[in-house]
Amino acid sequence: MISRDSLWPALGIQGRVIGALTMREIITRYGRHNIGFLWLFVEPALFTLGITVLWNIAVHKHMPGISITAFALTGYSSVLLWRNCSGRCVNAIEPNLSLLYHRNVRVIDVFLARLILEVAGATFSFLVLSIVFNFFGLVPTPADLFKLLVGWFLLAWYAISLGILVGALSALTELIERVWHIITYLLFPLSGAAYLVEWLPPGAQHFVGWLPMVHATELIRFGYFGSVFRPHYDIFYLVVSCLVQSLLGVFLLGIAAKRVIPE
Amino acid sequence: MIELVDVTKRYRTRSGLRTVLNKVNLNIYPGEKIGILGVNGAGKSTMIRLLSGVEQPTDGLVLRKMNVSWPLAFSGGFQGSLTGYDNLRFICRVYGVAREPVEEFVLAFSELGSYMAEPVKTYSSGMRAKLAFALSMAVNFDCFLVDEVIAVGDAKFQQKCHVEIFEKRKDKAMIMVSHDANKIREYCSRASVIFDGRLHNFPNVEEAYSYYTEISG
Repeated sequence: MISRDSLWPALGIQGRVIGALTMREIITRYGRHNIGFLWLFVEPALFTLGITVLWNIAVHKHMPGISITAFALTGYSSVLLWRNCSGRCVNAIEPNLSLLYHRNVRVIDVFLARLILEVAGATFSFLVLSIVFNFFGLVPTPADLFKLLVGWFLLAWYAISLGILVGALSALTELIERVWHIITYLLFPLSGAAYLVEWLPPGAQHFVGWLPMVHATELIRFGYFGSVFRPHYDIFYLVVSCLVQSLLGVFLLGIAAKRVIPE
Repeated sequence: MIELVDVTKRYRTRSGLRTVLNKVNLNIYPGEKIGILGVNGAGKSTMIRLLSGVEQPTDGLVLRKMNVSWPLAFSGGFQGSLTGYDNLRFICRVYGVAREPVEEFVLAFSELGSYMAEPVKTYSSGMRAKLAFALSMAVNFDCFLVDEVIAVGDAKFQQKCHVEIFEKRKDKAMIMVSHDANKIREYCSRASVIFDGRLHNFPNVEEAYSYYTEISG
């Protein structure tokens, strides 16, 4: 009998289980019909393009050195990453209850499968859209790819830990299902997607500095645009936030998982 | 083998904690076919879930030294919006077995044919049971956990199940729960009875049966 007691076989099993769950999520999330897996990046692509068009028509504000398409692309891609990760984890257990019938399938695996898919989807869409838009001359080439990648990696970590935390809370109380959408909408304008911190008055700068995703978004944009603006980010604060949120999320998920009774 | 050592299971209910199983002990050795009898609500499903590892005991130990199947019952184990094939692939991945031979076996054994490409939620309970049974045979477990209701289908299908379990898998263990003593008599060599949260073990089905009729009659 293969048990999860010894580390290496256990990791192998968990890898298999998460792989199986990810395939299962791909089928139900993207379906077999229409363009199937292409939705993985077509959906965010359409949204980013829509934002770009709207901005060009309605706002028409000129920002020296900053392409509005690139600004929308980096901003919205960042929002998609944390919003989809957390959104997909709310009530993630219920549709998978019957699969928890298989001993090696655990609640954390269900969350990780969904999170892997969301991070991969958001990353893939950001990558493909950057390349395509760059090819058509809509966006410049990133100024500092390393900073961009560090920012994206940290935002992904933040999104994953947020997903686990929110998912665990949603399993513990119905309240989360009701209020998380509202919180997401409120966080969208605050998250740094629609502004650069240097545009804000000092008081507001201090306030949004509390939001970890603002730091990540600033870092991503700094990597993309280079020193055409003065970025406001603190990697130490971001890493500590991610770490605290990860530990809290895993702790609460442990409590939530004990209460789950497979149907 | 599988060992249950002083296993207790309590659930939180609206009227407080409810003890479903109270210090239950049971040993299952390779090749044994064991029946567990109990009236409705006695704790048979809880017992199967603890044996399979789907749920953890509140107290006590469940030692699993065999490769134990998931509880083969009407519900559970399958994701309803996925097709039979999707669920088959999922189970192959989770248990780490190659897909092709399983597909071949399940198609031949389950008689589901083109229904395999339909979502499982559209299946009748009999079709689900056939799929579950066929899949568990294909995965090659050492011990099968069977809910009585799984023993379904027409006489021909029952006969096929019989051949798979008793002839081809003579050396594999099986634990079947039921409230129907006849089913247990048909499939098992010894039996236990759950009554009032306790598990009473008997060396053969007849003794278990007479105790069971005494308490349920």
